[in-house]
Amino acid sequence: MRRDVFQALADPTRRAILLLLASQAMTPNAIAEEFHSSRQAVSKHIQMLSECELVKQEQKGREIYYHINANKMKEIDKWVEQFKKIWETRFNQLDKVLLTIKKQKK
Amino acid sequence: MKNNLLFDFTVDKATKTVVVNREFAAGLPLVWDAFTKQEILDQWWAPKPWTSKTKFMNFEVGGRRFFAMVSPEGQERWSIQKFTSITPKTNFKMTNAFADKDENPELPGSEWDLNFSEQNGTTKVSISIYNESLDRLEKMIDGFRQGFTTTLNNLEKLLATQSQK
Repeated sequence: MRRDVFQALADPTRRAILLLLASQAMTPNAIAEEFHSSRQAVSKHIQMLSECELVKQEQKGREIYYHINANKMKEIDKWVEQFKKIWETRFNQLDKVLLTIKKQKK
Repeated sequence: MKNNLLFDFTVDKATKTVVVNREFAAGLPLVWDAFTKQEILDQWWAPKPWTSKTKFMNFEVGGRRFFAMVSPEGQERWSIQKFTSITPKTNFKMTNAFADKDENPELPGSEWDLNFSEQNGTTKVSISIYNESLDRLEKMIDGFRQGFTTTLNNLEKLLATQSQK
């Protein structure tokens, strides 16, 4: 099973990597230099981001560059939309409850 | 239920805060009760087909509400809210954390700040929810995903009924 986008985003280091890549494509080495953690740890993070397609890789000569995948980031917006729907539903229910109570009081 | 009542929802990823504003066609005392009394809360807090079940609620500073969202299959997802500040009919603040059935919270939770104000018989509620981790928000969505299609159908039906009036 492919990894879930939100599991990938739950980690602060991975979010920082995405932020870095949002401004420019980078090699794994260049990314690792930005963090205090080991190259290996950073590489694991990149792998996870890659598995859930938040980043894409591109071979340029002997180097691999990582890019942010804008389409996948849209999924996050969809998810936010779902969260919004929950509140809408909840409040529509509250509207009904308020109406019922008001009628009972009359 | 009138369409001209305000509803806005924003997620600020940078400050990890969700802000929800909504107006209700009811007076402030009633809306305040709907958010602070368990017998009313349980009638609307869970989006259908989920139901809300409050085991206990002590609405006072330092008091707690221990409640579950119950799925149509009977699966219970428990949460604990702890009230940290109360200014009657104006504002209350609480922390909210998922929990097991024995009241052990999964920390960190989220921090809620709810403001209430009335103008010309319409009550506005402004809620801001600060989440330490996106992970937690994700869990909340996951919990509802199963029942979600039904929820949307319910909502559609409700809206259809409303617009016929």
